Parts: sequence; C-alpha cells; structure tokens
Amino acid sequence: MSVVLHTDPMTMQFGGVTAVSNLQLDVEEGKIVALIGPNGAGKTTAFNMITGVYKPTKGNVFFTDANGKEINITAQKPSTIAKLGIARTFQNIRLFKDLTVYENVIIAKHLHLKSDFMSATLHLPWYNKEEAQAEAEVEELLKSVNLWNMREEKASALPYGQQRRLEIIRALATHPRLLLLDEPAAGMNPNETDDLTAFIKEIRDKYKLTVFMIEHHMDLVMEISDKIYVLDFGETIAKGTAEEVQNNQRVITAYLGEDEDA
Amino acid sequence: MLTKKRKLFLSIVAIIFLFAVANFIQVEMDSYIRRIVNLCLIYAIIGLSMNITNGFVGQFALGQAGFMAIGAYAVGIFTVPVAMRPSVFYATPMNPAIINIYMPLGVALIFGGLVAALVAFVIGTPVLRLRGDYLAIATLGFSEIIRIVITNASSITNGALGIKNIPPLNDVRIIFLVTVITFVFITLLINSSYGRAFKAIREDEIAAEAMGINLFFHKNLAFMISAFFAGIGGGLYGALLGTVDPKNFLFTLTYNFLLIIVLGGMGSITGSMLGAIIVTGGLEYLRVFDEPLEILGLAIPLFRPGFRMVMFSVLLMLCVLFWRKGIMGTEEFTWEKFVYFCHHPLAYFKKGVQAK
Amino acid sequence: MDFFQAFANMTAASFAQHMVNGISLGSLYAMIAIGYTMVYGILLMINFAHGDIVMMACYFAFFGITLFHMPWFVSFIFTIVATALLGALIERTAYRPLRDAPKNSVLISAIGASFLLENLANYLFSGRPMRFPNIPVLAQNVSIGSVQIQVISFVIPILTIICLFILLHIVNHTKVGMAMRAVSKDYEIARVMGINIDNVISMTFIIGSALAAVGGFMWGIKYPGITPMLGVMPGLKCFVAAVIGGIGNIKGAVLGGFILGLGEILIVAFFPQLSGYRDAFAFIVLIIILYYKPTGLLGETTTEKV
Repeated sequence: MSVVLHTDPMTMQFGGVTAVSNLQLDVEEGKIVALIGPNGAGKTTAFNMITGVYKPTKGNVFFTDANGKEINITAQKPSTIAKLGIARTFQNIRLFKDLTVYENVIIAKHLHLKSDFMSATLHLPWYNKEEAQAEAEVEELLKSVNLWNMREEKASALPYGQQRRLEIIRALATHPRLLLLDEPAAGMNPNETDDLTAFIKEIRDKYKLTVFMIEHHMDLVMEISDKIYVLDFGETIAKGTAEEVQNNQRVITAYLGEDEDA
Repeated sequence: MLTKKRKLFLSIVAIIFLFAVANFIQVEMDSYIRRIVNLCLIYAIIGLSMNITNGFVGQFALGQAGFMAIGAYAVGIFTVPVAMRPSVFYATPMNPAIINIYMPLGVALIFGGLVAALVAFVIGTPVLRLRGDYLAIATLGFSEIIRIVITNASSITNGALGIKNIPPLNDVRIIFLVTVITFVFITLLINSSYGRAFKAIREDEIAAEAMGINLFFHKNLAFMISAFFAGIGGGLYGALLGTVDPKNFLFTLTYNFLLIIVLGGMGSITGSMLGAIIVTGGLEYLRVFDEPLEILGLAIPLFRPGFRMVMFSVLLMLCVLFWRKGIMGTEEFTWEKFVYFCHHPLAYFKKGVQAK
Repeated sequence: MDFFQAFANMTAASFAQHMVNGISLGSLYAMIAIGYTMVYGILLMINFAHGDIVMMACYFAFFGITLFHMPWFVSFIFTIVATALLGALIERTAYRPLRDAPKNSVLISAIGASFLLENLANYLFSGRPMRFPNIPVLAQNVSIGSVQIQVISFVIPILTIICLFILLHIVNHTKVGMAMRAVSKDYEIARVMGINIDNVISMTFIIGSALAAVGGFMWGIKYPGITPMLGVMPGLKCFVAAVIGGIGNIKGAVLGGFILGLGEILIVAFFPQLSGYRDAFAFIVLIIILYYKPTGLLGETTTEKV
C-alpha cells in the first residue's frame, strides 16, 4: 500500500513551549487516519506543520502526489501545498462568511485555473470554457450535499452543521489527494455525527481520497478509522488500530486520569 | 426573468444613453459644469482603483496619490510639445535623453499607467506582506517618497516648479469613455475567478491560502491593477488641469478617495461612482461655506476659507462611525434591482427587501 | 558638494554641532514616538492623529503665550494639560465607539481624525505660518569650545530621558502601569479580571498626548514656523521610529527616535546633495526594517494562532 503522507520525527517549538515532539506520521493511500488526544495536545499544530502554516522546528514532511513522486513539502507555502493535493478544513470553520455558498465553493476551483487574469477579465473563449467546467463541478458538489438550493445565501446564514459540510465540499473542490479534517464533528449531536460518519466514508470512496482527521467524538473515530494516532502534551503516546488504542493503558490514563487507588 | 443577454443589452443601452448625456454636457453646458463633471469622472476612476485593493482584497493601501502623480507626470513630461519644453524647464534644462520624446496623450496615459503598475510591483513585493496598519503607513510613506523624488529630480520633472503648458483635455465625452472602459474592465475582473480570489483574500486570508490562492501573487496583482488605473486617472487629471505640481499630490489627496470609497461602500463598484459624485459635487457645492455668509445683513463668522474641508472631515468621521457600510456596502446596483425599483419604487428602500 | 568634500570640510566643531542637532531632533522624535508605541501596544492601532496632536500642542503653546500672555512655563503646563485632554477626547469620540468593529474601520477613523484636526487648524488658525515666540532663556547660546549650542538643545534630550524614566517607573512599578501592561497583553482577559479598560486606555492616550505636548512645545521652540501641516511629516517619521524600535516597546520607541533623528541629520551633513531626500530617509529605513526584522530592534515575535 503506498504512503500518501510521511513525516520523519517532527518537533514544533514556540519559544520555550514544545507543542509537538517527535511526531512521526505515515498515512496510507485510501485510508482514514485519526489524530486524537486531549485538548492542547498539539493536534492542530500538527496539521499546521503539514499544511505549511508553521515551519517545523525539526523534521520534514513528505507528500506523494498522484504520479507517485515524493515531494518534500516542509514549510512550503500553504497555497503551494494545496495545489499539490492537500486540502483542509479548520477547527473554527473558516468559510468566506460574507460570500455566497456558491462563491465559497467555486473559489476553491481557482487554483486549477490556467487562464491569466487578462483572459479571465476579457472572458476569452478558453477562460469561458474553464469557467463552465468549474460551474458544472460546483453544481454537482453542492447538489451532492443538498446545498444547491441555498447557493445564493451568504455562508454565514447557514446552520452550523451545513456550514461544516460546506467547508468540506469547498476543500473537495480543490481535487485533493489528501483531505485533512480538523474536528469535523465539533458541536454536532449524535444524529448529525452519524450522518457525518457516513458522509466521510462516502466521499472517501467516491473521490478516492485519503482522509486524515482530528476528532474528539470517539464513536466517529472508532467507527471509521483505519489507524489512530494519540497525542498527549505533544508526544505520541499510542498508534494503531481502534482496538489497540482503546486498550492502551497510556491512552486511558491520558483521557481519564490516574486511578487514585493504584 | 432577466437573462444575461437582456442585462447586457440594458447595459449597452445605458452606456449609449449616458454618452448622449456626456455629449449634451460637452456641447451645451459651460466650462464650469464641464470641469466638475470631468473631475467627477476622474475621481470615480481613481476611487474605483483604490477600491480594488482596499475594498475587494481588503488591503489597506494609501498610495493612490503617488500613483496618480506618476501618471500625471508621465503626461506632463511627454505630451508638452517639444518646442515648448525649454521654456517650461527654464531653471534646470530637461534631461537630454527624454527632451525629444513626444507622446500623444493616449500613449502617455497608458505609459503612465504601466509605469505606475511597475512601481507598484517594486513597492508591493516587500510591503504587501505587512498587516493592516503597517501596510497603510508603508504605502503612505511610498506615496511621499514618490512625491519627494518628483520634487528633486528636476531635470526630468522640473522639480518643485511643476510642468505647465500641458495640452489640455477637457472633452467630457472622451473622459467619459475612459471612465466607462475602466468601470467595465474592473467589473469584468471582479466577476471573474480572479475577482473571487480577491474577495476570498479579503474574507479570510488563511482559508484562501489553504484553498490554493497564492496570496503574494494575487495581492500584488490587485495592487498593480489599482496603480495602473490610478496612473490613468492621474494622467487625465494632469491633462485636465494643464499643469502638474508635486504639491498637488500630497498624501492627503488620498484621503479624498478614501472618503469616496467609504461613502460609496468599500467593495462596491457602483458605490465608487456614487461616492465620486457626492464627494466631487460636495467639494464644489460646499465651496459656498468658504465664503462669508450674510443673513439679513449680518455676517456669520462661521463661514470662511477652510470650513468646507472641516465639513468634509466631519463627514468622513460620521461615515466611519455610524455608517461603515456606506451607501452600497458590498452590493452592486444590478439590473434586477433596477427593474424591482421600477415596479415597486417605495418598497425598494425598505430594509431587508431582497430584489431577485 | 559630494561626500568627500563634505567629509573633508567637516571639522570637529561642525561635527559636534551636527551631533547635537541630531540628538535634539532624535529626542523630539523619541517623545512623539512613545505616544505611538503606547497606543499601538494597547489597542493594536496606529493613532494617525498623533502627529496632529503635536501640531495642536504647538498652537496651544503659541496662543498661551501670545493670546493669554502666560509666562512660558505656565504656557508649558497649559499646553500639556490641553493636549492631554485633546488626546483623551479623540480616543473617546473616534476610537472607543469602534473598539469592536473590524480593524480597518478604526484605521479609517484615525485617518479621519487626523484629517479633521488638520482642516480644523487650517480653518481656525489659517494656513499662514505663525512664528513661535522666542523664549530668551532657552534660546540663548552657550559656548563649548568653539561650538555654539542653544540651551534648548541640552534641555530637550535631558527632558526626554527624565520623561522616559518617569514613564518606565509608572509602567513597571505602579498599579496603573501594571493595568496598562495587562491590557496590552490581552484586553479581554484584563476586562474579565476587573480592570477598567476604558480608564486604562484613556490614561494611555493622556500620557501619550502629554508627552507629545512636551515634544510639541520643544519643537515649536526649535523650529519656530508653525503651520497646520507641521505634524504630518514628524508624525509619520515618529511612527517609523516606533516600528524601528519595536512597536509596543517604550524603550524601543526612544531608541528608534534617536536613530532616526541622528541618521537624518548626519546623512544630510555628509551627503548634502541628498538633502532634498531627507524626509525619504525615514521611509527607506522603515521598508528595510519591515523587510528584515518586522518586529523591530527590541520587539518580540508573536505567532498567530490558526
């Protein structure tokens, strides 16, 4: 099985604080991998190191593109990394609030645009063709999550659960190979979480994605993860399948605390 | 239901109609009115250019006066007939490399715009990485550097003496056409994928970058386009006045355009036009407050030179304190809204009404 | 006259003269820069109107002496009080209402306030330059060796250092200062902890404006031609000084002020052919600093949480 994302041990230090230490990741193609751990464990920091927002104090990130070529993406610009095929969502939902649902998604097609700005402004034939293709794709994506009817609404007007979906759809529009989801189920009730679980499996199959997600909802994590990494205070305290992790003593201690009688 | 074809047709009709109005103004109205209309159109061009960076990309740049100056001086330096140049450059002789280069106005305008865009590229590279306030000060600083360079490079710009005898352009129709071209171009740009990328950067830079939008490239692109049109506007301004002088381009001039886009709505193209009309009209109409006013034979001491600008500054403050969105906010005045207005004139102004 | 001629013609005396001028100018910049840095440290905004507050201080001083016939030291106190009140007033009317608005709005408001002050001064006092009254005790010359130095040129730096020490004492060793530091770190938390944000911010503006007033008064003495636009260039340059030193850092602002002041004078002294570009010097330094060390010489780096 080929590896889509591989890091050698990464460390992230902010001044005197070590947010992540010696995190070594291997994410295989087509799998759903989860990164879990108590709050402040360094999970979003790990994401930020992968997507180029932070430059790791130590360590490198390697991404294998669709052609099988391994690229060192450490500290590259986030826009470059997105073009290579890694897309993400954010912990606190970063939609383009004042823009419409439609605009939010079609903006994510801009990175594929080959026409220069003059061609685009003058609406020359080759630009119009690209634009038509993008429009068709956006329509399909929005219809697949029942957001087509809301396409003229401002993104901020959507209910919370749909905003999360929109953010995922927007990331999908960039044709990623690897999709990073940062707490996609945050704030959702059990029903919504079930829907989301099915949705993630569905898009993984449909778009041939590899999914790497941060999550706190353990039912979602245990249900669909092929592999789980557990972080605590920046250190990797366990990695493996759902069963392995569930029975790992360090993990239990990290989440539930020390047994006082022991 | 308004199809794209119908809207295009309406737009063309509107432009032809407005051109007829411009023609009427040119032929029938006196030079005072013509001058105000011309100034208004030029201010609309420059206001819109500023809106590209400040309104659409969300980058607070205050360099318009400097870019205007570049455009104005391009016109000043190259459109004065060669024979007249020695008399204009009487203190310091004009640089021999350029003394014989003459450009017709159209060429000089485009040249000025391109030079402004080039300068924007050079400035933009270090400066566009900066956050809000720093960017503002840095662009302000560069605007002043441009002016200082112009004031000192006497053999090219005639320094503090300025350049006179610029062949004047005050044909409302021509300036109207340039304005139309500018507005159409920028509307098309904003409606294109690049325009959406600009707005994405304004909304959330980090998310935009994560979606593959190269921030540096797009911010720089917007900055250069903004400078280009500011240069064109500046060139027209120089041609309208017939003279250029470094003192015309103090950075406080940029504040006029700031008022235009705040008033009209940062992020609205139609807003920039509305803002320009109000500000230019206001600047003229409020001149009356600069003269002593008499009511019933009693002179009111309040009105004397300078009061007009005080009122203007107060207007800017009131606008930003109570009416941040301006007239149009980030919306445009579309044909749909126009049709709705025609059918339900009163309901149009009710809040929360959506014209579909 | 090019660099080598200027260098050759420079005597120890004229060099000393330039140094004194540079230090004086630097102190003036330092006083004004402190106001910028304090406001930025707390509100993360550039008070564009700060330079114009200096200008108003000059006018207050001018009218204090000429119109109200105060003795100069009374006018000095009057200027400080009036300017401090003006600063607090601007904060109250132009910045406080926009505290929760998007960042750009406050920026526009600051620009508007600056614009308004300039136009107001132009309207009230006319654009004609007015001559700051001569204050004999400060203007008289003192001879050191072959160099003639005005008394004021000593007074300014000494006053600046004194003000700096007082200010640092307030900020580091008093309750008020602690509140100010807390607010500048995180004002939401400070508010939750019971600190009265409004008062702290007003106090910041009052102190900053008072220092600007001292600077303005000294400025008027050293550069007696007063116009409504006199605050514009120094305002911009002093902000640059604050950035050079590290925005938010008071010692940095003073350091930046001296660097700029000395730099400006010495550049013109050694490169007289560049004297027309004197004002550009500050901006060029700004661009360089922002490019290579955006946090300034004494500033700290912060990373944004994503």
